[in-house]
Amino acid sequence: MIEAKVKHVKPAVFYEEFFRKGTGQRNTHYCPGCGHGTAHKLVAEAVTDLGVQDRVVFCSSVGCSVFAYYYFDCCNIQCAHGRAPAVATGIRRVLRDAIIISYQGDGDLAAIGTGAIVHAANRGENITVFFVNNAIYGMTGGQMAPTTLVGQSTKTTPMKRSVESEGYPIGMAELLSSLKAPVFIERVSLGDIKRIFKARRVIRKAIENQVAGRGFSFVEILSPCPVNWKMGADNARRWLLENMEPVFPVQNFRDRADDSRPGRGNKVKEVSDEEYYDLFHIEEESSSCVMQTKHTVGTQSVKIAGFGGQGVLSAGVILAKAALYKGLNSTWLPSYGPEMRGGTANVGVIISSSKIGAPVVDRPDMLIAMNGPSLDAFEESVVKGGLIFVNKSLIKRKVAREDVRTVYVPATDIAKELGLVAAANVVILSIYALCSNVIDIDTLRKIIPEAIKKRNLISINLKAVEAGVSYYDKTRCEV
Amino acid sequence: MKDPERVVIAKECCKGCELCIDACPRGVLEMSEEINSSGYHYSVFANKKDCNSCTLCAVICPDMCIEVYK
Ligand SMILES: Cc1ncc(C[n+]2csc(CCOP(=O)(O)OP(=O)(O)O)c2C)c(N)n1
Ligand code: SF4
Repeated sequence: MIEAKVKHVKPAVFYEEFFRKGTGQRNTHYCPGCGHGTAHKLVAEAVTDLGVQDRVVFCSSVGCSVFAYYYFDCCNIQCAHGRAPAVATGIRRVLRDAIIISYQGDGDLAAIGTGAIVHAANRGENITVFFVNNAIYGMTGGQMAPTTLVGQSTKTTPMKRSVESEGYPIGMAELLSSLKAPVFIERVSLGDIKRIFKARRVIRKAIENQVAGRGFSFVEILSPCPVNWKMGADNARRWLLENMEPVFPVQNFRDRADDSRPGRGNKVKEVSDEEYYDLFHIEEESSSCVMQTKHTVGTQSVKIAGFGGQGVLSAGVILAKAALYKGLNSTWLPSYGPEMRGGTANVGVIISSSKIGAPVVDRPDMLIAMNGPSLDAFEESVVKGGLIFVNKSLIKRKVAREDVRTVYVPATDIAKELGLVAAANVVILSIYALCSNVIDIDTLRKIIPEAIKKRNLISINLKAVEAGVSYYDKTRCEV
Repeated sequence: MKDPERVVIAKECCKGCELCIDACPRGVLEMSEEINSSGYHYSVFANKKDCNSCTLCAVICPDMCIEVYK
């Protein structure tokens, strides 16, 4: 008789659904037989079983594992290429309780990020590094990695890697073993079932070390990349066993879990705020913020969105600089993901009379929608009572919401008359300056020559400001 | 009596990496002849009466497509 489910299929640290490929998806984006899928699951199981999910900061790298944040339900940071150990170090110094995982590929860790990993290991940071060595650059389509085997052909070594030309593969586990500080270094393999279960134990141990505050742990995971090795999943595992393991011996290189020498990242002396102020001669916290606007601004979050070429990002720069000029604080965060190429570009600007934490704009107080898809994408996100500027030259529909204020401006038409379609953004900014309390029109006139990089476009953008002013005078667009 | 459905495989999630086939100590699982909508042959619970619900296949599956019942 079938009574009960005996194995929960998903470790709790994984999201129930993976939104990467659409709602309801249950599997990862990894290729069939890719070691990343297995490595993810092993890490997830360890985190779940050790009960530290709420403390985990997962630093993912650039490579096929760039999307780890779609899977791990914990704090995630997608780090610049190769820099995950440096980011992890920073987090270590400010979040004492965090369990920090740096998850990196071989192009990431052993090529562009060689410096970052060596120094993090040498400082003995109390972090755990998982190094997925698949002897190739996966994501970019199979170029040679520092770990590519001699005799292996890749996109960039079509005549096979040779010692004369490209040198020998780097053994990162061996290299880091020459350092004094690391407490745990082991190489594991995903070449067959037995080895995967071994890897499971080692991965768990590497996280346990950190939980116990022991110091730097490093696990190198030999991992198949069937697609770029140009073979099926089962052959890839065989190839790994037969070719990679002889070059990269699967063994423990160091286990000093019991050793309690000083020099662990965890035990760095904490520096207080006062000490920092002394160090950098900072007198008083926010004396630099003088409010000069009609009303107190508080914090204003602005989203400006359109398609490439509409000057969306530079409109953000102008706005942010104008705020700085007024003695306010501001941040500028552009967004144009690889999957949005040719689609919408957007920028988030935050203006505040106090310090700004994160520069992310999720719920804008104001939206400038330069084209239809932008209004579609962001209308809902605007806060209740917020303000939406609509470029009515290109957007034929009205704002559907009734709990926001709206201003319709034929910005592209006005800009076209001036002879520079890309100045539509400035037309809208000038109207914004006239009807908001945040920046004023004189500031805008002063900032434009500074903010616009192409000298020959300054005068036409200044004209766009005046065109905005006269449109406002003519229509008195009520807000 | 029909052999019990101890192993349930979400065939649309399976990418055909064959790890479960390697993992199963009793040779219970087989690859399908057909392909799923992603174009992969998928794992099938074939030799049902040999299964003892050891869960190794579910533990090893990187895409968490397998549930085991006892
Ligand atoms: C600064 C920078 N340089 C280059 C790239 C292009 N790039 C993306 S992934 C990658 C290599 C990834 O290879 P690896 O770390 O081995 O990871 P895998 O995809 O094999 O898991 C490169 C060079 C980039 N995104 N950023
Ligand atoms: S390209 Fe290679 S590393 Fe990337 S997902 Fe596919 S098998 Fe994995």
